[in-house]
Amino acid sequence: MAEFFAMGGHGFYIWSSYGVTFLFLAIEVFLLMRKKKTMMQRLARIARMNKK
Amino acid sequence: MLAMIRWVLWRELTVAMRTKSEVLTTLFFFVIVITLFPLGVGPETETLELIGPGILWVAALLASMLSLTRMFSEDYQDGTLEQMLVASQPLVIIVASKIFAHWMVSGLPLVIISPLLSLQLGLDMESTLILMLTLLIGTPILSLIGAVGAGLTLGVRGGGVLLSLLVLPLYIPVLIFGAGAVEAVRAGLEVEAHLSLLGAFLVLAMVLAPWGTAASLRISLD
Amino acid sequence: MQMLTKAFWLQLSTPKAFYPVAGTLAPCFMMLAVILCVIGLYIGFFVAPVDYQQGNSYRIMFIHVPAAWMGMFIYLVMCAYATIGLIWNTRLSSMMASALAPTGALFTFIALWSGAFWGKPTWGTYWVWDARLTSFLILLFLYIGYMSLQAAIDDQQKAAKASALLALVGVVNIPIIYFSVKWWNTLHQGMSVTVTDAPTMAPSMAWSMFIMAFAFWMYAIGIALMRVRTIILERERHAAWVQDLGNKGANHG
Repeated sequence: MAEFFAMGGHGFYIWSSYGVTFLFLAIEVFLLMRKKKTMMQRLARIARMNKK
Repeated sequence: MLAMIRWVLWRELTVAMRTKSEVLTTLFFFVIVITLFPLGVGPETETLELIGPGILWVAALLASMLSLTRMFSEDYQDGTLEQMLVASQPLVIIVASKIFAHWMVSGLPLVIISPLLSLQLGLDMESTLILMLTLLIGTPILSLIGAVGAGLTLGVRGGGVLLSLLVLPLYIPVLIFGAGAVEAVRAGLEVEAHLSLLGAFLVLAMVLAPWGTAASLRISLD
Repeated sequence: MQMLTKAFWLQLSTPKAFYPVAGTLAPCFMMLAVILCVIGLYIGFFVAPVDYQQGNSYRIMFIHVPAAWMGMFIYLVMCAYATIGLIWNTRLSSMMASALAPTGALFTFIALWSGAFWGKPTWGTYWVWDARLTSFLILLFLYIGYMSLQAAIDDQQKAAKASALLALVGVVNIPIIYFSVKWWNTLHQGMSVTVTDAPTMAPSMAWSMFIMAFAFWMYAIGIALMRVRTIILERERHAAWVQDLGNKGANHG
């Protein structure tokens, strides 16, 4: 297992590229989902205000 | 049509002559940026000679960009630009004359003063002449490309910084071939290829940029 | 029949009709992306052999090359959408162009980042002023310019048009910039490391790379659909159907 992660001495380079890639992709998805949620909440708030 | 071009040129140039600040600011900026480099990297003649063409060209890019924001902003504020949009003359012609006037005010002075700075950086006579020639062909391209950016950022907050972000990447080919020609002379190589490519860029920019600028002004004033 | 299909597509190209469609399609594409990614990485790490020249470091290629492809490809697709939006004034195409830009910039950045970490063990430095690397850096600048212009203009319609024009100027310039940088690089060859293509690739390496490219492609489509939904909500917030959505949310919450 440790040998797999060491990647013959290149582990640092490989895992920092892969890590950054998947971290950023995950952040992009997370941010978009949060944005969608806040927008829906805002729309609902406006709708409630209009009702009153 | 000719009357229109003459009117635009005359108007732009008289405004520039009356205020004078635009020409002088650009010019002094150019000189000061170049003066900073020997102070930054040291006064060794060999180093300066090596990086001289690049410094001169980068300074020219920045200087010509500095005055871009003012290309349309005054006409935009006093409403002249709206009038130009609905004028009977095609907007492309008006825009092209304005770009030409901008070059005469901000590009041409750089070409004229460049030999002084070039000799100061230790370039020889032949390199200096080629530098002047590349600046003469290259600075109009900068005004032409810059005009599209100036039109797009018209009336946008933080327009000046944004403009540099949009325009500088597009200046790269001019920088490469402009500075490359001077370096080629220093290395004793042929410069014709560089000059003809710069000329080709100029023709291409002259054909496309006025249309792009006119379109960008229409979008900005919509 | 032809009329009917045409009407169907026209109908679908309105933001209102596209919003729910994008909502159902986006998770499908995301699932596909995850599945392809797992397969691609399994082949890449457990099936593909160690390269006799580069050792294990070549495995960065499985994200580097697909990310680079996507960075360029998304720019072209974005320009195509922007042009369509500019000429025919179709709202949805402009929205798609805006939705693609951040993802394209992200892939360009990933290509640069992974390229740097591949370069260190292979050439000994993180960065060389190689033609391809430099061009990619400039591509990233073009993306950033596009997004900044769009963010700086308050009027959404105007922002879409202005950035579309900028994208067009960029696409005319890309070949010129690439050619100049390449030429500049050959002139200065003595100073930089020559980057040669990988020699012969084992089939499993090629497979892994292509599957990863598909995974990134599916991810790009999925994320663009997700983002276009938020853009639709933002730009159409005064439309009745968007306010109905808000009403439903108000009744639930």
